[in-house]
Amino acid sequence: MTLIILSPWDLALAGLLVGALAGLTLWAGLGLGRSLLIAAARTVVQLLLIGLVLQTLFDHARLEWVALMALVMLLIAGYEVMARQERRFAGAWGYGIGAVTMFVSAFAVTVLALTTMVGAAPWWTPQYAIPLLGMLLGNTMTGIALGLDRLTQAVWRERSLIEGRLALGESWMAATTTMRRQAARSGLMPTINAMAAAGVVSLPGMMTGQILAGAPPVEAVKYQILIMFLIAAGTGFGTLGAVRLASRRLFDQRERLRLDRLRPIARR
Amino acid sequence: MNALLDVLDLETARLGPLSLRLAVGELVQVTGASGSGKSLLLRALADLDASRGLVRLGDCDRDRIAPGDWRRQVAYVPAETAWWAPRVDGNFPPGWRLHDAKSWLACFALPDDALDWEIERLSSGERQRLGLLRALLNRPRVLLLDEPTANLDRENTQRLEAAVRRYLAEHGAGAIWVSHDRLQQDRLGGRVLEIHDGRLRS
Repeated sequence: MTLIILSPWDLALAGLLVGALAGLTLWAGLGLGRSLLIAAARTVVQLLLIGLVLQTLFDHARLEWVALMALVMLLIAGYEVMARQERRFAGAWGYGIGAVTMFVSAFAVTVLALTTMVGAAPWWTPQYAIPLLGMLLGNTMTGIALGLDRLTQAVWRERSLIEGRLALGESWMAATTTMRRQAARSGLMPTINAMAAAGVVSLPGMMTGQILAGAPPVEAVKYQILIMFLIAAGTGFGTLGAVRLASRRLFDQRERLRLDRLRPIARR
Repeated sequence: MNALLDVLDLETARLGPLSLRLAVGELVQVTGASGSGKSLLLRALADLDASRGLVRLGDCDRDRIAPGDWRRQVAYVPAETAWWAPRVDGNFPPGWRLHDAKSWLACFALPDDALDWEIERLSSGERQRLGLLRALLNRPRVLLLDEPTANLDRENTQRLEAAVRRYLAEHGAGAIWVSHDRLQQDRLGGRVLEIHDGRLRS
């Protein structure tokens, strides 16, 4: 079994469908035609570019280049986490908490999987390392962003309650128990739901891709299980770490609630 | 007189510098226009807002007492109390004693089963009395009371005043009481300090 190569005509035919959809929305006056076309164009350009980058990387498989690519992915993911916060931390913490916890969790899990479970030679072979890291970063990023956003919102809303508990002599940990639990929950829920629905409601993308590429379904399933577990671990440890770091940062060494460490919401 | 609470050059972003001395058993009243910094003063003393200056409890410096211990001993009771658990006694500080709670309930003319009441159904006056009660369960040495009788009728106001007076006498504690009420100031007695633009005037 080999991969059936898609010709530009095949893609153009699929593109015609999007064009037709844009035409329909234009005709119906929905005001979506423009953004639909721009998004479609972005897909083409961005994916072609990353395809070229990956092709180059695979042709010149060297540890430095793989590491550089991984670093760029991490920096972008860190920015994404920050941009998704309504109440982000002021200063370097706004970027740092997400980037550091993603680095620790997603990188550690990827390296562990590459060196022990996948066992490619060398372990950083880009065909394995980059897609694996990409999937882990993408999911960890979502988990951390959701967890942090929930935490800062909840603490902001419940500040008088937290200070009431502090005033009775409780520790910052005790005073934020419910908010930290909610934050961890919302960060982990998408992963738990994805694991629970895998194969029943949805066929996961990676497995589908491998089957399309000609892999035997059972082999594809094994990869998918591996990935799901890695994602659960990476997202879970990353989210718990980020929530812990962030909630500590909301208090100073005298355990005062320091909402001034959050930036005010940008008015639009 | 022995100083119970000694405050020297206390300063926050919107307060001070101000100095204040509270003796054992003393009740000091603080008044001032709204926005003058009365609540900020209490918050700074409870170490809920960062402040510079020297604050000592007895002969111990604030920075040498762990924050949780400090706030148990220097108890801030805000005007609007916050509640997190659905029933009253779920909102009490860890390690509270049933005997203490029942004797305070009697002082505030509340029945014993008030411990089991639902927070949602409390009146504002009940919240205010129970908010002070749970702070007293920590047996604080200094009470920081922010308009503690704002939601109470006359009878309950006088009950609460008497209860605080009795607590100060029995435990050798002190209190800083924020109040607007002229009559209350006369009833309570003691020093009355006025706060103006974040500074104290006697």
